[in-house]
Amino acid sequence: MPELNVQAETQERDRHSHHHGHDHHEKAVKRSWKDSNFYGVMQRFAKNKVSVVGLIIIILLVLTAIFAEQIAPYNYRRIDPAHANQLPSAAHWFGTDAQGRDIFSRIVFGARYSLSIGVIASLVGTLLGILFGALAGFFGGWVETVILRICDIIQSIPNILLCICVSQVFGSGFFATAMALSVYSIPGTTRLLRATMMSVREQEFVEAAKAIDCSPMRIMFKHILPNCMAPLIVSFSMAIGMKIMSSAGLSFLGLGIQEPIPEWGAMISAGRRYLRVAPHLVIFPGLFVALVVLSFNLVGDGLRDALDPKLRK
Amino acid sequence: MAKLIELKHLKKYFPTSKGALHAVDDVTFDIEEGTTMGVVGESGCGKSTLGRTIIHLHESTDGQIFYRGKDITQVSKSEMSELRHKMQIIFQDPNSSLNPRMTVEDTIREPMKLSKRFSRAEIDDRVNELMHRVGIDRRMRQAYPHELDGGRRQRVGIARALAMDPEFIVCDEPVSALDVSIQAQILNLLQDLQRDHHLTYMFVTHDMSVVRHLSDNICVMYLGQVVEICEAKEIFRRPLHPYTQVLLSAIPSTDLNDQRERIITKGELSSPINPKPGCRFAARCAYACEKCMQPQQLAEVEPGHHVACCRIHELNQ
Repeated sequence: MPELNVQAETQERDRHSHHHGHDHHEKAVKRSWKDSNFYGVMQRFAKNKVSVVGLIIIILLVLTAIFAEQIAPYNYRRIDPAHANQLPSAAHWFGTDAQGRDIFSRIVFGARYSLSIGVIASLVGTLLGILFGALAGFFGGWVETVILRICDIIQSIPNILLCICVSQVFGSGFFATAMALSVYSIPGTTRLLRATMMSVREQEFVEAAKAIDCSPMRIMFKHILPNCMAPLIVSFSMAIGMKIMSSAGLSFLGLGIQEPIPEWGAMISAGRRYLRVAPHLVIFPGLFVALVVLSFNLVGDGLRDALDPKLRK
Repeated sequence: MAKLIELKHLKKYFPTSKGALHAVDDVTFDIEEGTTMGVVGESGCGKSTLGRTIIHLHESTDGQIFYRGKDITQVSKSEMSELRHKMQIIFQDPNSSLNPRMTVEDTIREPMKLSKRFSRAEIDDRVNELMHRVGIDRRMRQAYPHELDGGRRQRVGIARALAMDPEFIVCDEPVSALDVSIQAQILNLLQDLQRDHHLTYMFVTHDMSVVRHLSDNICVMYLGQVVEICEAKEIFRRPLHPYTQVLLSAIPSTDLNDQRERIITKGELSSPINPKPGCRFAARCAYACEKCMQPQQLAEVEPGHHVACCRIHELNQ
C-alpha cells in the first residue's frame, strides 16, 4: 500500500485537528502520483511475471515496427530470383522466399501492418460494442430488443463470410480490412457488456446511487460502467490476437491486405505453395503470429487481475 | 408529536409472467417524527419493498404517501431531489452497497458533491466530521470497500446516508449481514445518531430481538399486508394476531426455565402472485375458519393496537 507512509505521518496531525473541529493541514497533504489508481494498477500488473513477459514482447514488436527501416538488413521489396527459397543462413537469418526476398526484413516491416490492423480492428470493434451494449443496458425495452436482434442476425452469419461481404463493400485497403475485421466482434462485445451490466446493476450500490440523487447518466458512467470494464479489457486484448489471425485468414483468401505488402497472413498465404520444399516460408511468419497472439492474451489476463481491486493485497 | 410519514392504502405490484406479484398490498400506517417503526416479517413478505417504495426507489402502484402532510406520491424532478436529501436508506449487504471502485472518502463525498449545496472546503470538513461521527478512522479515507471489514463498510454506508442531513432513514436489515458482536455496535450507533440528529427510522428486519431493542412501534407484515401494528412493548406483552404469536414464539430464549411453547405452523408460504381474497395466513393458521376467506380489515382492537383478524375477539378472551 503506497499511501500508508504518507498517512502515518499525517495521522498525528489529523488526530490533533479533530479536537479543533477543523483541520487546516488538510490542504498540505498533497496526494502524490503514487496514490493514483494508475500506479496501483501498474504495481499489481508488475507482480504478474508472465504478463510482464508478454508486455515486453509486445513492446519489442512495437519498437520493431517503428524502427523497421533501421532494423531490416535488406529492402523487403528487393527481388532476387537467384537466391529464391534459401534456408536460414548468416546472410538471411530467416531465409528467403520464392522471389528471393529476405524473410526477416519482411517480417520486420510486416509488424507494422499486422500489429496496427489487430489493434485498430479490435479497438473499433470494442468501442462500438461498448456503445451498443451501453445503449441496450441503459435504455432497455425496445432499444435493447432491437440491438440484441441485430446482434443475433450478425452472429448468425459465419465470421469469415461477414468479413468477405464487408471488405467487398469497403474495398481491400488497410482501413477497409480493419473495418471488416471489427464488425464481427461488435455483437460479442455488446452482449458481454450488457450481461455484465445486468449483474452489476442488481447490486445495492446502484440503488444507493439512485437514493443519493445521482442522475441516470451518472449512475451509468460512474457506478455501472467502471465496474464492467475488467471483462471488456480482457476481451479487447484477446481480440487483438484474433484479429491478426483473421486478417491472416482474409489475406489467405485473396481478400484483405495483399502482396507485396508483407503482412504476416499474406506471407503465410504466399508461402503455402512451397510448404513441402521451403517450410520456413510459413513457419517464421506463423511463429510471429503465434507469439503476438500469445503475448496479447497474457497481457489481457494480467490486466484483468490488476484492474480488479478485490485482488489488491 | 407530528406525523412524518403517512401511508394510505399503499400498493406495489410487480408484473410477472404469471400475473401481478403483490409485494405490498394496501398498507396504511403513520410514522411519527423522531420515532422508530420496526417492520417485521419473514423473508419475501414485502417489508424491504415497502421501505423502498416509500423513499421512491420503486414507483408505487396505488395509494398515497405523505411526508409532513404533503402528498409525495407523484413528484416533479426537482421535488424528488429535495426528497432524496430528506429520505435515505441504509442497506442490508455492505458488500454490495458500496461501489467497489470508489474509496471511502469518495463514497461519502458523492451525495454532497451532487447536491451543490456545499463548497469544496465545506464538503471536506463534512467528510471528516461524518467519518468521525460514524467511527471510521481517518486513515481509512483512501481505502476501498474490500479492504474494510463488514462493520466498517456498514459505517461507510451510514455516513453516506447521513451526508445530506436526512430526516427519515429506511434501515433495510442493516445488521443481518454482520457478525453478532458487530451488530450491537451498529445498533448503538444508529440509536446515538437518532438521538443526536432527531432522526426518524423505519427499521426493516426479520430479527425480533433487534426490533425489540430499538423500536417504538412495530408493524408485522405477512405477504404484503400488515397483520398487526402497535407499540413495541405491547406487541411483546400481548401479541394478538395468530401470526404474530407464531413469530414471537420463534425467538430463541436463554432462560432455561422458560416454559414457552414453540408454535409450529403447518404448510408453506402461499404465493404472492394474484393471491386469493381473504386472510393470507389462513392456510397456515390453526384457527382458520369460513370467515377467514373474506377480506380482513385492520381494526383497532385496543387503543393503539390494530389487528387484521376477524376472530380476534373470540381468540383472545
